[in-house]
Amino acid sequence: MIYDKEKIVPGIVVFIVLFTFPVWYNLAFGSGEGAPKPELPAQEKQCVESKEYMRTQHMDLLNQWRDAVVRSDMRLYLSSENGAKFEMSLTNTCLKCHPNKTRFCDQCHDYMAVKPYCWDCHIAPTE
Amino acid sequence: MAVDRRNFIKITGLAALGGAAGKEAMDALAQSEAKFSPMDNALHGKRWAMAVDLKKCKKDNGCKDCIHACHSVHNVPDFGNPKDEIKWIWREPYEKAFPDQENEFVPDDLLHASAPLLCNHCDNPPCVRVCPTQATWKRQDGIVMMDWHRCIGCRYCIAACPYGSRSFNWRDPRGADAEGKPYIKEQNPAFPTRMKGVVEKCTFCDERLAKGLKPACVEGCKQAALVFGDLDDPESEVRKLLRENFSIRRKPGLGTQPEVYYIV
Ligand code: SF4
Ligand code: SF4
Repeated sequence: MIYDKEKIVPGIVVFIVLFTFPVWYNLAFGSGEGAPKPELPAQEKQCVESKEYMRTQHMDLLNQWRDAVVRSDMRLYLSSENGAKFEMSLTNTCLKCHPNKTRFCDQCHDYMAVKPYCWDCHIAPTE
Repeated sequence: MAVDRRNFIKITGLAALGGAAGKEAMDALAQSEAKFSPMDNALHGKRWAMAVDLKKCKKDNGCKDCIHACHSVHNVPDFGNPKDEIKWIWREPYEKAFPDQENEFVPDDLLHASAPLLCNHCDNPPCVRVCPTQATWKRQDGIVMMDWHRCIGCRYCIAACPYGSRSFNWRDPRGADAEGKPYIKEQNPAFPTRMKGVVEKCTFCDERLAKGLKPACVEGCKQAALVFGDLDDPESEVRKLLRENFSIRRKPGLGTQPEVYYIV
């Protein structure tokens, strides 16, 4: 038996409703505005791997590239997407197609509030 | 325990299964390795080394061609203050560079020469032994490499290196001095900078060797006083030079086995 049931239960309900308000408000009335819109390359249609893979795994791929280049002196990456070879380089490969860090990388990184430290050392092209 | 026929078959069957699974794992591993490869025109060596011909170099004592070539391509900052100096290749007067050459009398031109100094890529590098994170290590081809991603800035390596080959970034190399002059005059975007709190040094231009190019200082020297090559190859230019000329190394008594040779 709970004392003050008639106060506690409505209290909990009100709390849950208020707490989840942003979620269901967005579901009902949200326009998806403010969601990140990374700018895609105009010319190039094919990334080193599929779009889906890059979207979720690019950070792992970049870590693998870093270790392969720096620690094993391997410089080329064989794409499992189309068998093409790419130089494993953030600045010299990725940024060739995505020259605008603000309109590409920062879009999602800012939205997700992640701060990758790549740019402490690797130089982004002037925009 | 005696192994009867049933058990024997069970054990061998299981072992065969395990073997097959192992092979699968090995294949998967090989496949993941095949994802990465070196460039076709990469230079390969077994024991990279440098010969510095002081007879050619000292002709022009004010010359800084090798230093400019290296420091501009590698985004080496100039903090404008000798205490914070970052140097991959630098000059030092003869008696400072070779303090254990104790002859009282040496040829005048040698005595007044200043030698270009850089990391010796020692065969027995004390810096590698002390690094707690393996941010610095010796590669198969002899290069004492650095992984700046992994350096925690403890500076053990600086204490261990007897040649002053390593520098520490006490400040942010991307910054600027009081007058707004950037520490890196002109950034080379193809190469990273370092960040505050990281150690840096010469890497024998690993990034250039990987593309089939000689080190930047070797290319930058108009006197051809710097010669880079593989000591493991008896026909290489360095081996030939060392065969035909007398050379000395820095502080050989320490047993670090430097791989930079000075022809005097
Ligand atoms: S010269 Fe110094 S930094 Fe270079 S390998 Fe030898 S001990 Fe290490
Ligand atoms: S300063 Fe960096 S490279 Fe030097 S010993 Fe420490 S972690 Fe290793």
